[in-house]
Amino acid sequence: MTVVQKLGKFITIFLKYFSLVFFSFVAVLPIISCVITAFKTDREYQQTNVMVLPESWLNFDNFVQAFQKANMGRAFINSTIILVCVLIVSVFVGTQLAYVLNRFKFPGNGLIRNLFLFASLLPGVAMQVAVYEIMYNLHFINSLIGYIIMMCGTDVISIYIYIQFFENIDVSLDESAIVDGASYFTIFYKILLPLLKPAIVTSCILKGVGTYNEYYSANLYLQDKKNLPTVATSLYTFVGPLGSKYNLICAGVIISLLPALIVFITCQKQIYSGLTAGSVKG
Amino acid sequence: MATVTQAAKRKRTFGEWASSRDGQKIFVMAAFMIIPLLLLFTFTYLPFAEMFGFSFYKMKYIGARKFIGLDNYVKVFERKDCFGALKLSLYYMGGSIVQLALSLYLATVLSFKVKGGSIFKGFMFFPYLINGIAIGFIFKFFYTRGFVFDTVLQWCGFELENLPYWLKDQSINNISLVGTSVWRYFGQNMVLFIGAIMSVDSELYEAAMLDGANRFQQFKYIIMPSIKTIITLNVILSITGSLSAFEPPYVITSGANGTGTYFVVMHEIAHTQQKVGLASAMAIVLLLIIMTVTVLQKLFFKYVFKNAEDEDLNATAKRDKKLAKMAQRKAGR
Repeated sequence: MTVVQKLGKFITIFLKYFSLVFFSFVAVLPIISCVITAFKTDREYQQTNVMVLPESWLNFDNFVQAFQKANMGRAFINSTIILVCVLIVSVFVGTQLAYVLNRFKFPGNGLIRNLFLFASLLPGVAMQVAVYEIMYNLHFINSLIGYIIMMCGTDVISIYIYIQFFENIDVSLDESAIVDGASYFTIFYKILLPLLKPAIVTSCILKGVGTYNEYYSANLYLQDKKNLPTVATSLYTFVGPLGSKYNLICAGVIISLLPALIVFITCQKQIYSGLTAGSVKG
Repeated sequence: MATVTQAAKRKRTFGEWASSRDGQKIFVMAAFMIIPLLLLFTFTYLPFAEMFGFSFYKMKYIGARKFIGLDNYVKVFERKDCFGALKLSLYYMGGSIVQLALSLYLATVLSFKVKGGSIFKGFMFFPYLINGIAIGFIFKFFYTRGFVFDTVLQWCGFELENLPYWLKDQSINNISLVGTSVWRYFGQNMVLFIGAIMSVDSELYEAAMLDGANRFQQFKYIIMPSIKTIITLNVILSITGSLSAFEPPYVITSGANGTGTYFVVMHEIAHTQQKVGLASAMAIVLLLIIMTVTVLQKLFFKYVFKNAEDEDLNATAKRDKKLAKMAQRKAGR
């Protein structure tokens, strides 16, 4: 290798790592600055620059205060209830629909698939103008159950993940069970559903993250902020008079991030593969 | 249903057996599809139809409604704050081009052996998992005068007096907002692209290396052709996404100081001013635009890729030859 080649190689490697470090820094900087500020006392926050490290990393006062002020205990309970219900319902509804669409040929099969696909094209925010009217007439406003039912609705990506998975399960499995006299319900629940487990995990993570983070419809339909906050909407407490106490706000923000962070660290692989699977098909 | 199965039990001829299976089939189909279809109808197609109806009325959510024909649609185009807001989409389109290019570059780098690759990937992906309202607070804080962003720029040698107010200055605030959206989604795009690149057969790279192709040529001739479907998809999504840009201005500036995109204005008109008819008309107009754009793009890419696919056949033939050569060399040894 000549000197020029060596130098060239060195520069490419340097540029590669430089860009990776730079963009990783850009990605974490806003979050890091929040963490730093969340540990500062009021006096420190007012007197020091935001990027100066806090005196003590054990000052959890802001976290405690934010947790109480924003009623986050209640918010975590509500968010958990919503999450569990939505995931259970949407797993059953989604897998059953995918089973029918994949295993049965009937007129209208293509139409139903297209109806779901088209629904995903409609921008959610625009639809809420009219969904609000429907929620109002169903008395679903300020109702946890109503909100859960709405959130269980159309979810093309999960359905496509399931359909894709069904395509890879051999139909002869169904056929031999039919010969043995099993009913379609037995085939679905006893044979196919257990096989779908990886797909269910994937779509649960995607749907779970979406549901946990949903704040626009939560804000619109769960207006009773005192009794029906979710983790996302509880942060609204900090809009208004508390709007400039960033050490408190940052603490609240960090608390709301923790569940997502934990899920991310434990299920990194499934999240990545779920995203890829969902997008390639969709 | 019940009678069918009973009949099947009494006489076990083949025809009866089949009909009982059919009966069961229909029952299963109905049982499994009724809930999802009901949900789809109630929360997507019914509101869609209602919204279309609303757009011809002057109305609030509660109270009397007055039929006014196409007046709402005329207003959408006349009012400065409605249709004019679509101009802001250009900023978001610019942002999404930057985002796609950036994530494609990072995905290519990370697809090959890199020390600490998964840590870099994790850092860049995590912003995607943060909820919108938290992002709003994070960036209000980030952009506040003299706070995080200004401090970092001062480290780089900028003077505070020369820096603009990132969220107030109308010449820059939309770009600041677009930046937050790029920040949130570039890691997610990158992960999608890495997934697509990883699905390319690794033998192709080896063959190309043997033939002396450099990294750029590998990118152009192997990576690009294999991931163009997902790139196309993302281009389509990013343009329709730019037209319906909502979250960054909604959570960070609430649409103040000329940052109100079309949907932010629509949200304000629907839920604060309660002009439901006008808001519905706005929604319908944008839906029509989005659909037109989507169809046009699909046609465009279909046309472009039809030509590209012919080339592809050649490329595959060449690749096969290369692989054959490689095998020969190995066998020769």
